Amino acid sequence: MDINSIKSQFPIFSNKINGKQLVYLDNSNSSQKPIAVLNALDYFYKNEFSNIGRSIHSLAVNATNKFEQTRTNVKNFINAKSKEEIIFTKNATESINLVATTFGQQNIKKGDEILITELEHHSNYVPWHYLRQTKGAIIKFAPINDDGDIIIEKLKELITSRTKIIAVTHLSNVTGTIVPIKEIVDMARKKNIPVLVDGCQSAPHIKIDVQDLDCDFYAISCHKVYGPTGVGILYAKKKWLEKLPPYIGGGGMISEVKKENITYAPIPEKYEAGTMPTAEVVAFNESIKFMQSVGIENIIKHEKELTNYALEKLKKINSVNIIGNPKKRAGVISFTIKGVHPHDISTIVDEDGVAIRAGHHCCQILHERLNLSATARASIGIYNTKEDIDILCKAIENCRKVFELK
Amino acid sequence: MDLKQLYQDIILEHGKSPKNRGKCEGYNYNAKGFNPLCGDKVHIYLKLDSKKKVEGLSFEGEGCAISLASASIMTELVKGKSFEEVKEIMSAFMNMVRKTSEIQSNYLDEDEKTKLMSLSGVKEFPMRVKCATLSWHTLNSAIEGKKEEVNTEVID
Repeated sequence: MDINSIKSQFPIFSNKINGKQLVYLDNSNSSQKPIAVLNALDYFYKNEFSNIGRSIHSLAVNATNKFEQTRTNVKNFINAKSKEEIIFTKNATESINLVATTFGQQNIKKGDEILITELEHHSNYVPWHYLRQTKGAIIKFAPINDDGDIIIEKLKELITSRTKIIAVTHLSNVTGTIVPIKEIVDMARKKNIPVLVDGCQSAPHIKIDVQDLDCDFYAISCHKVYGPTGVGILYAKKKWLEKLPPYIGGGGMISEVKKENITYAPIPEKYEAGTMPTAEVVAFNESIKFMQSVGIENIIKHEKELTNYALEKLKKINSVNIIGNPKKRAGVISFTIKGVHPHDISTIVDEDGVAIRAGHHCCQILHERLNLSATARASIGIYNTKEDIDILCKAIENCRKVFELK
Repeated sequence: MDLKQLYQDIILEHGKSPKNRGKCEGYNYNAKGFNPLCGDKVHIYLKLDSKKKVEGLSFEGEGCAISLASASIMTELVKGKSFEEVKEIMSAFMNMVRKTSEIQSNYLDEDEKTKLMSLSGVKEFPMRVKCATLSWHTLNSAIEGKKEEVNTEVID
């Protein structure tokens, strides 16, 4: 696979950052966009723009078709059973909020338990916290070990007759841990507990098959999958979407509106109130095509090689400490340098054109568990090369120079 | 942008071994500050005498070189100053890191000004300004006897 020809599809890499070639290693935060996606946005707005699902003129019909094409391709991309199980949202955060709110409204009573893990991003904790506040739910955290793996036996012990839902990430945005979702779903199935999977980090990097995982809900942010901002996906099993109450109310999600009563549209429209990010959804189709053109197997292979290369190289630098050592991992590498705070690392490597993230990465629970206030994080995408890793390592050496470390 | 402008020797020194760390003896005011974006925390301990002069000042907390150096230098410069003088120095500092890169104060000598000027480099690094201002906001909160925690996202 020729990574340089893949990289050349991303216009941002022809720009200089601080006079240097851009080394973008902040992919867990958000990914860059290939030209096909940008062209699709531009083309749609210039030639085909219309709102969808309402008017019957030609533009509207075409726009609606294109919008629905993306839905079909998302369905294929994650192997959902039917396209009605794909809901477009604003982002994964909204997808999880949608489930927490509607599921909570219908199924959570005082003293009921929600089981999450210490790995979770704030977006898979805060929405459940609302139910703790409004419904008196109890949130339990399945613990992790120092390697950053969830201790599955402990998770099992935390499942009780009051556990109403399990919400867990597929891939940690700090330690890179790939979570054994099937194992967790198996446990949950035996007790008839639904499972929500936060697929924010996994979607661009590993193969997703929601039927094989057999999870009830799966949340994705399209901007991390080489797509536009403002679009997220909620996959939910049909039975849930039919059973749960609607989320946001307004136009497009209704069937009949009377002064006394309102009936709702069938799924998926029931959950898509108001004007949607039409152009962005249409353009996201190109992101899926991009992923498919590279091939998920090739993506996994390339990123695995690069992750191993980066880990080996980083470990050789004195004073670099890699956070976690999970059994199965992806290309998210958090680290600290003795004597240099992560913010200082980020500012210093930025001078060399290297974009990484520093801070708690919206995982304060995890950082507290690992006894860290902040970490630096390099996260790999399909366009990264060994040369990028070499530049990162050189930039890290420069941190030691600036801070006059021996 | 020049890294050496940001990470001057004086900042590295204070960042590595900050002065006045811990709880100062007999403190009668204290305040906490927090930068929710990065997780930096600071706790300021302040001792004011009956005439509201700063008798003691110290801090606890974790953070980057900029935030530690800023807190450390602040505790050195502000000790012995009156309430009004502290307020003037604070606003001079905020002005320097946000607008002018210059320090204009009637209550600091040339040496003290030079020390404080070492932090002026953050003006060129907008994402880092809050690192430098966190301890100053928190001192302000302590000296005013405010109860709620300082949050840089609310105040800055």
